[in-house]
Amino acid sequence: MAWNEPGNKGNNNDPWGSGGGGGGRGNGDQGPPDLDEVIKNLTNKFNGLFGKKGSGGSSGSSGSGISGGLIAGALVLVVVLWAAMGFYTIDESERGVVFRFGEIREEIVTPGLRWNPPLIDVVEVINISRVNTRSYTNDMLTTDENIVNVSISVQFIVQDPVKFAIQVRDPQRGLDQAAESAIRHVAGGTTMDRVLTQGRAVVAAEVRERLQTYMDNYGTGILVSQVNVENAQPPVAVQAAFDDVIRAREDEQRAQNQALAYANRVVPEARGEAQRIIEQANAYRDQVIARADGEAYRFEQLLTEYQKAPIVTRERLYIDAMQEMLSNSSKILVDIEGGNNMMYLPLDKIMEQGATSTPGRGLQLTPQQLRDLADQVSREMSLSPDRARLQPNTSGRGAPLR
Amino acid sequence: MKNFVIGGLIFLIYAVASNAIFVVKETERAIMLQFGDVVEADIPSGLHFKLPWINTVRKFDARILTVDSSPQRFLTLEQKALLVDSYAMWRIVDVQRYYTSTSGDESRTATLLAQRINDGLRNKFGERDLQEVVSGQRDQLMTQLTAELNESTAEEYGIEVIDVRVKRIDLPDDVRSSVYERMTSERQREAQQLRSRGNELAIGIEADADRQEAVLLVEAYRDSERIRGDGDALAAATYASAFSKDSEFYAFTRSLNSYRDTFASKGDIMLLDPSSEYFKYLHSGDQQ
Repeated sequence: MAWNEPGNKGNNNDPWGSGGGGGGRGNGDQGPPDLDEVIKNLTNKFNGLFGKKGSGGSSGSSGSGISGGLIAGALVLVVVLWAAMGFYTIDESERGVVFRFGEIREEIVTPGLRWNPPLIDVVEVINISRVNTRSYTNDMLTTDENIVNVSISVQFIVQDPVKFAIQVRDPQRGLDQAAESAIRHVAGGTTMDRVLTQGRAVVAAEVRERLQTYMDNYGTGILVSQVNVENAQPPVAVQAAFDDVIRAREDEQRAQNQALAYANRVVPEARGEAQRIIEQANAYRDQVIARADGEAYRFEQLLTEYQKAPIVTRERLYIDAMQEMLSNSSKILVDIEGGNNMMYLPLDKIMEQGATSTPGRGLQLTPQQLRDLADQVSREMSLSPDRARLQPNTSGRGAPLR
Repeated sequence: MKNFVIGGLIFLIYAVASNAIFVVKETERAIMLQFGDVVEADIPSGLHFKLPWINTVRKFDARILTVDSSPQRFLTLEQKALLVDSYAMWRIVDVQRYYTSTSGDESRTATLLAQRINDGLRNKFGERDLQEVVSGQRDQLMTQLTAELNESTAEEYGIEVIDVRVKRIDLPDDVRSSVYERMTSERQREAQQLRSRGNELAIGIEADADRQEAVLLVEAYRDSERIRGDGDALAAATYASAFSKDSEFYAFTRSLNSYRDTFASKGDIMLLDPSSEYFKYLHSGDQQ
């Protein structure tokens, strides 16, 4: 049958094919009559053919009619089956490239229900909108002769289905080879630090550009839509050292932060301490001045009265002081002049009352010794009058004095 | 009998037709031979006829093909060994020459081409140092090699080399490990530098804090002493101006106050001479 069709294809099949191309409506309206016509034509031709051949031999017209009818019926069945095989659908994301007897047709089959004569046309359906992704991971040399491990992914779509179908055998394999070459080429022109850090986007863009150039050069019909550097890391053998650098960077920050924390603790505390010292000094100054003011005022007041009646006042002051003094302390009156030399001192009692005072230790004292003792006591008392008087007054204010 | 004749005829027609008609696909190139002689070269795609059993047709893939040669060890100008992996894209341009020179064996042609490419690469690498090969002159090297290959292959094999590309340029294992060692030492250097710089800054910050602390404290001490001095001076002036009005009376009152404070405790024991002035009235009889 195949050999019979070529002669007819220009006249009969093409309008029919294009009618099929018009969609379901064309088939429904025009299909049946056309089909009938074609079948009738074919039958006639075959009949004619057999008629001629038959006439060449010795034959009866009745026999040839029966067998001719059978053959015609079989042919109609074959033709219907053949025609039915020609239907196919093209998805929205696809395009069909038609080869008629191996020769490419100019038109690209668009989405929809389509018909092409089977066995004559071969339709290669190619997905043009699916984004294909290929990934590559490789060790490669950088321009500073370091080795890095780079993973890239390449996304591509088929831009030109015709080129994709005919130009290159196994375009994906071509893409794989080209991608591996391109990433190594770009990495070879980049320093390791750039590949590993901020240069990734640039690397990806360069790879994409380069890869597209290769693809155009080979005529694959592939459009490289995106190249991503998914991962770029130093080889496993040196990974630890690289990690250590990151840690070291953190350590650097940590050391500084710790030092700053120390400074933030020490300096404000020192400021506070300084403030305290100043305030203590201020307190002392204010105390001293206030006391001086008070005491000076008191003295002056007393002096004024004293000057009015010196002897009386003096006597009164003296006796007041002595009274207060003697009423507060233990006393031993020794009448030496009285001639009674034998004196009993209740020493055990005196010791109980207060062991602090040195005179209490004496067993028997001569008048001379006693006088010396009294002198000594009075000398000691007059030596540090200030301290003795200040002590009880300041204790209530809580600020120790220097 | 007649049916048998008809069947025989159909078979005959089919046999003749299937030998007389051939299809050349878009992706193919074909030549027609007549008892081994090429009678028609470069037959385009489509439906064609030939004399059955007399003419034979050979078809070849006319698309761009990939040849991936196995990694080869090359030496660069400075005698560094490299493992180089390359691929090439090629296609048949002159079908007749291709057929006569390689008898149409694609894999054999690929092997031949790979050998040519490796020879070419070996020469090119030998003229360049590693730096140039890896980065500097990669494109230039490939373009040159492609051009040189095309000079010979088109003539000899009827094929065109579209592109030759180097994929991998790897260092041999021993060199690789020394590269790793170098990389490691570089990183160690960097890490040490970072850590030391951190310590340097930290020590500086701490020392500065210590200095601030010391200065703050000593300045506070200085100021506090000044303040105390001011207080003492003012107090002394106040005392002096008051007490100098009657120094004898001051001594008297001051002493009395002092005695009072000194003997404030019960534990103090006083041994007294009754002849003192305080007791003068105690002995009034004696005195009188």
